Amino acid sequence: MSADERKPWALTRRQILEGGAAFAILGYVRPGFAAEVKPVAPPVLPSDPGVSSWPVNMTVNGVEQSLTLDTRTTLLDMLREHLGFTGPKKGCDHGQCGACTVLVGGRRINSCLTLAVLHEADTITTIEGLADGEQLHPMQAAFVHHDGFQCGYCTPGQICSAVGMISEHKAGAPSLVTEDLTSHPDLGDAEIRERMSGNICRCSAYPNIVAAIKDAAGATI
Amino acid sequence: MRAFSFERPDSVAAAANAVATRPGAKFIAGGTNLLDLMKLEVEKPTHLVDVNRLPLASVSETADGGLRIGALVRNSDLAADPRVRKDYGVLSRALLSGASGQLRNKATTAGNLLQRTRCYYFYDTTKPCNKRDPGSGCSALEGFNRIHAIVGASQDCIATHPSDMAVAMRALDAKVETILPDGKAEVIPIAELHRLPGSTPQIETILQPGQIITAVTLPPPLKGVQIYRKVRDRASYAFAMVSVAAVVDAVGGKIRSARIALGGIAPKPWRVPTAEHALVGATPGEPAFREAGRALVAGARGWGDNDFKIGLAQRTVAAVLSAATRAA
Repeated sequence: MSADERKPWALTRRQILEGGAAFAILGYVRPGFAAEVKPVAPPVLPSDPGVSSWPVNMTVNGVEQSLTLDTRTTLLDMLREHLGFTGPKKGCDHGQCGACTVLVGGRRINSCLTLAVLHEADTITTIEGLADGEQLHPMQAAFVHHDGFQCGYCTPGQICSAVGMISEHKAGAPSLVTEDLTSHPDLGDAEIRERMSGNICRCSAYPNIVAAIKDAAGATI
Repeated sequence: MRAFSFERPDSVAAAANAVATRPGAKFIAGGTNLLDLMKLEVEKPTHLVDVNRLPLASVSETADGGLRIGALVRNSDLAADPRVRKDYGVLSRALLSGASGQLRNKATTAGNLLQRTRCYYFYDTTKPCNKRDPGSGCSALEGFNRIHAIVGASQDCIATHPSDMAVAMRALDAKVETILPDGKAEVIPIAELHRLPGSTPQIETILQPGQIITAVTLPPPLKGVQIYRKVRDRASYAFAMVSVAAVVDAVGGKIRSARIALGGIAPKPWRVPTAEHALVGATPGEPAFREAGRALVAGARGWGDNDFKIGLAQRTVAAVLSAATRAA
């Protein structure tokens, strides 16, 4: 393998699929699933005084979507159960683990702790929407290159969170470990670890996750 | 989660009216605390009023040289605001020490002030809790109470207010701007926003039904060193055991003024004026710092697991005062 080919961002979607790391890095969508499946309302409980539904329109991974949803539907459940984007994971479902992290208007949030109806006209990007066709997003490529995962369950959230985190840093946002709040320090290990503390990795792949993010940050900033 | 109806009013007045006139209605902004509690059926609103699109998301300068922070300014945006970083470092640090990057991107200024306690028994619907189910009893008194209050609590509730942001705002003497359902404006000093539990721990603030927070204002920048120190079980993404927000002005070997607010130890951000008065004119040093710590936790009592907070709070106050006066 030439030096050029070893660069993480030289990897293509196909190479990743062949390598078997596809579920975590790309997010897995059954071909055609998103387009075919009709929204299914969650079960109605007998104790409900009356289920309300509400129309929502938003752009998800570049495609406009119009749905009518039970008002209780979280953004995460809408993505997974109604649109088939199963990249964002339901880990704790309480905003504690970060596995559900997606980008809304480029900002990272926990999709489990927000309602779909609160996101009218918003633009959502999940792990499935990061790659540019066959070309991996630099953060995806860096996670592959640095082996930034073991089981891969937290990886879609880690990658989306890292992409959002780098935008925040680029815009000048400080973190708790930034010594001088008015300065703009580089993303060293301590800065990355603090800024990524909302993403938990049960396999504790943190050293490689930090290495991947540092690498990708250097490549994209 | 219980079913609820939904609306998205287009004005502050309409939002206030919607919540005031409909029993069981609640405002929803970032939703990071409310939805967490709704999933567990600790919160069971029958109607949600989405205030996210109201024009309350900007930070602007006030006529007197302070800052007006819109109720919907997200915690991450407030922490990163250049004016806050330069002149209100204690607030920026407090915000950055709370929650995670993702949560701070959603959580709002008003929502942060109104967040509920993280008492385990408040969250556990199988256990008695006077805050969740008035009259049912307090499970924390004889239960696990490591994270609970040492001052300001009552026999009916020993829960703490979990916010970091509010502790810094208390040290800064922020004011909370609200609109009542009848359209009247009311400004509430942050010291008066939260109630102590007494025998009605379910009532946490002095806000009326439908009264909506529209902004928080900060006074003009204060002289002195600003510090926010948070002591917790993990280095990041954990609630405070004890936190201290301080603004200390010391020159020529004398303290000219000190503002000290504590978090993690009480049902509201905790500030003791007599402790601060005693520091005015004092020489920075261990005797003055120890006395300030003692005065700040005067009347404190532990409930077993949280006894350590009485000493920890005093040591943290002393450490912060020492750091704040190092250059004086």
